[in-house]
Parts: sequence; C-alpha cells; structure tokens
Amino acid sequence: MVLSALVLAEGDKPSVLLPATADLIWGTLSFVILLVFFSKYVLPTARKLANERADKIEGGLRRAEAAQAEAERLLEQYREALAEARTEAAAIRNAAQADRAHIIEEARAEAVAAATEISQRAHEQIASEQAQVMSGLKREVGEIAVDLAGRIVGEVLADDARARAAVDRFIADLERSAAEAGH
Amino acid sequence: MIRAMLMAAGSGFTAPNVDEFFPKAALFAGTAFRMTRINLIGLLMTLVVMVFFTIAFRKPQFVPRGIQNAGEVAINFVRINIVEEVLGKHGRAYEGYLSALFFMVLAFNVTGFVPGLQIAGTSVVAIPMLLAIVSWIVFNASGIRHHGLGHYLKANLFPSGVPAPIYLLVTPIEFISTFLLRPVTLTVRLLANMMSGHLLLVLFFSATSYLLFDATGFLKIFGLASYAMGFAFTLFEILVAFLQAYIFTLLTAVYIDGALSEH
Repeated sequence: MVLSALVLAEGDKPSVLLPATADLIWGTLSFVILLVFFSKYVLPTARKLANERADKIEGGLRRAEAAQAEAERLLEQYREALAEARTEAAAIRNAAQADRAHIIEEARAEAVAAATEISQRAHEQIASEQAQVMSGLKREVGEIAVDLAGRIVGEVLADDARARAAVDRFIADLERSAAEAGH
Repeated sequence: MIRAMLMAAGSGFTAPNVDEFFPKAALFAGTAFRMTRINLIGLLMTLVVMVFFTIAFRKPQFVPRGIQNAGEVAINFVRINIVEEVLGKHGRAYEGYLSALFFMVLAFNVTGFVPGLQIAGTSVVAIPMLLAIVSWIVFNASGIRHHGLGHYLKANLFPSGVPAPIYLLVTPIEFISTFLLRPVTLTVRLLANMMSGHLLLVLFFSATSYLLFDATGFLKIFGLASYAMGFAFTLFEILVAFLQAYIFTLLTAVYIDGALSEH
C-alpha cells in the first residue's frame, strides 16, 4: 500500500515510477531492433572477422613452420651428400695410394727381372766366348806344339794320326796339371 | 538562504522538477503510440547505434582502421570485460543480448549531455524497467533451463549447508532479494542516476542563466560558479552514462552466472 502510494500519480500528474504504455512500446521496439541487429549482424560479422584473422595468423605460422622443416630437410640432405662425397674422395685417395704402391712394386719386379735376364745373357755370352777362345787356343797351342816338336825332332808329324793323338794326350796332361796346380 | 536572496532579488526563478520527464506528445498524441521527444531520442539513438556498427563492419578489413577499429573496440569491451569475464564459457549464448543491452543503455544515457537533445532516453521509468524485466526473464529462464525449475528454485531458496530452521529466515530473504529486488534495483539505480543527473544539469545551467541575466549585483558572480558546477557535472554525467551502462550489463551477466552456477 505504501508502495502504491509512492508510485501512483497524484491527481492527474503522471507517476515517476509507473511506466507509460507508449514509452514501453517505443522502448521495446528499440530493444528488439538492437537485439536482432547485434545477434544477427554485428556479432556474427565480428566473430567471422576474428576467426579469419586467427586463421590467417595460424596459417602464416603453419607456413613458416613448413618452410623451416623444408629448409632443415634440405640442409640434412646437403650434409648427407657432403659426407658421402667426402667418403668417396677418401676411398678414391686410398685406392690411388694402393695402386701407386702396386705399380711401383710391379715396375721394380720388372726391372729386377730385366736386370737378371741381362746379366744372365752376359754370363752366357762370356761363357760361350770363353769356350770359343779356349777351343781356338787349344788348337793353336796344339799346332804350335806340334810344329815346335817337329822342328825339334826333325820330322814332320803333321797330318799324322799318332802325332795328333800324342799332342792331345799332352794337352790333356797339361790341362790336368794346370787344373791340379790351380786347386 | 540562497532562496531568500533570490527572493530578495525579486525573482521568478523556477527550479526544475519531475515534469521535465513528462514532455508533451510530439506525435500521435492521444493514441497508445503517442511520441514524446524522449521517445524520439530513443529511436534516434537506436538508429545511431545501427548506423555506427553498420559502417564499422560494412567492409571489414584484416587490419582494422578508423571506425572499424572503434567498432571492434566497443564489441570487444562487452565481450571481454563483461561476457567472458563473468560468464566464461557459457557467455557466447548471451553475447548478443548483453551487447544489445549495453549499447542501448549507453546510447540512451549519453543523450543526457548531447547538446540539442539534453535528456537521457533512460530517464523515463519505462526503459530501465523494460530492460530490467528482460534481464529478470533471461536470468531466470537460464537457470530453469540449466537446472530444471525444481532444482533452480531449491538452489536459490533453500541454499545447502544451512540448518533447516534457518530456512524460515533465509528463504523469504532469498526470495525477495533474488526474485523481487533485483529487477527493482536495476531499474531504480539507472533511472535515479539519469533523472538526478538531468535535474542537476538543468538546475545549474538554468541558475547560470538566471543569475547572469536576471539577478543583480554580486549575485552575477554566482552565475559563473553555477556555470562551473554545470560544466563539472556534465563531465561527471559522461562518466555516469558509461558507468551505468556497464553496471546494468555487468549485473545482468552476474545474475545469469549465478543462475547457471551449481549452488
């Protein structure tokens, strides 16, 4: 009752605390318009904008991450390729060194073989020349001895079989005595 | 004393009174749709809000500039400082309602100091009362939908952890404070602020005019003082317009959060 006394109009004056129907109608109109306006237009637009912005920023971050991963992958690839190249170079160097040693060894063996052959051939030649000289010498000495003995004995023993045999025996004796003296 | 001095000056000074808030009908007089200048101001501000946000979000740019920036700041203020701050994850469903509420109250409040309009759209009881009733319906409907009617009423009227006899005391208090006083305090807080602000501004500026042009002698000096006060209160009203819109919306959010919470 106190409340109604407070809010009710005195006489025909309107009350401060009782709403006028027309004010309520116009207020409701404004409120409904703004409610629809914010719910259906402003906030969806603002949310869409915020989402697009977030998408763009996140998309940018994702792209940056992808680029970095790609760069790292490439770097890894280059490193692998470099390591491979280094290994290969080392292998080639080792092979070359091995080849060099092998080549030197071969050349040396070849040279030794050639030297051996040369010296052997020289020895053989010397031996054959010696044998030739010896046989020539033998004949000459024989002839000289026969000639000498003929002169001494006064008869020609040449072309005589006995004389020849005697000379040979003599020379053989000479050789034997020379050999015995040499030893 | 001042009144005596004014009388002595032989005045016809009339202080402003509540008739300020009952202007004559400007349109449709005598019908249910009669329109006073306060109703016109309300519709004008509704239009202003719509034009502002329509222009702000007409061609939304990735990097906001100018009016779009202002629109985003305004929208974000309600979303971050009221909706998310109070309601958290439940907030999204109420963002449309709370934004409409905040910007309507703010736009209606600021006309209190806009030259040429000079009266707040919220200074007639219908507007705060209408919005308070909507807030009352929204927070109760949220609670009932979330908990069911029985559980919601029990949680509000019979809070757990209270010895049974105390309910004799607690239940009526809770009923009055939650279901009766909330809409009343929302209404009266906003209405009284806007009415008193308007009356203060009218008083100081009409007194300025009266003292400067009608009063005699040294009383003219008080005209300057009155003008200074009017200027100071205009600045104060700018703060109040914003603050009351914020408080109305924030309290509505707090009531919704209370209705949704588990106890």
